Amino acid sequence: MKTTLTFALMDPPFESARSATAFRLIDRALRRGHDVNVFAYEGAVSLSFAAQKAHPNSVHGTNVEEEDHPLTRDWVAALHDAAAERGAQLHWVNCGLCVDERGANESIPGPRRGSPADFARFIEESNNTLVIPTGE
Amino acid sequence: MSKKQLHIVEVAYRATLEEQDDPIVWLCHAMRGAGAELDLVLSGNAVAYGVREQGVAPLEIGRRRQQQAPDLTADLQRILARQVACYYVEEDAAERGIDADSLLDGLVPVSRAKLATLFAGYDQVHRW
Repeated sequence: MKTTLTFALMDPPFESARSATAFRLIDRALRRGHDVNVFAYEGAVSLSFAAQKAHPNSVHGTNVEEEDHPLTRDWVAALHDAAAERGAQLHWVNCGLCVDERGANESIPGPRRGSPADFARFIEESNNTLVIPTGE
Repeated sequence: MSKKQLHIVEVAYRATLEEQDDPIVWLCHAMRGAGAELDLVLSGNAVAYGVREQGVAPLEIGRRRQQQAPDLTADLQRILARQVACYYVEEDAAERGIDADSLLDGLVPVSRAKLATLFAGYDQVHRW
């Protein structure tokens, strides 16, 4: 039986290992063919912000290519690719008001703008929901 | 909607000045408006949201004065009015010197020992 899992994410990019953990969990769920819903709330709407740019790292002595700096938008895109490869559904919704207050309007293809009503529906339609909130 | 949700606010005052509210209480308001069946637990420092006699002065940075300061107590009153049960962990309140008499009417105390029993009445428990 196909399982549908919902994740609520809250952390912005490059602030906490919780985001990477969330990506790993979502990746595993998709690899197993499960359908996944993501409600990106507050700072998490920036995870898919299209204007993110990689940078060189003078401390490492690396240029942009050598540093290969990970961007969360690329991981979000990779998750959508993984879903397509596995025939799974990935519905990624960015909280619209959270997007507006951050000016993070340009999302990569895949995620869409939504509202808490989407989160409520995701909860209803999923087998289970995992909340990964911002800490103190 | 049929799944009953319990949302636990454990991290308190998370960007409340910037957001003009608690983002999880706000989220619960919005989802309730969308038809979700949910209740709320205030734990840790979030128990202070229920104190009646409190106020937040508008934030002033440079010459920019924010007029609409957060009013967490009023937000709780509004969500109570929407038939959302709001619990608070009584030990967390006691540890912070918050008497039950100082809290909003309608807030329901729950002891730590009874939380598991409370959780059992819900389809999903979301800890924020």
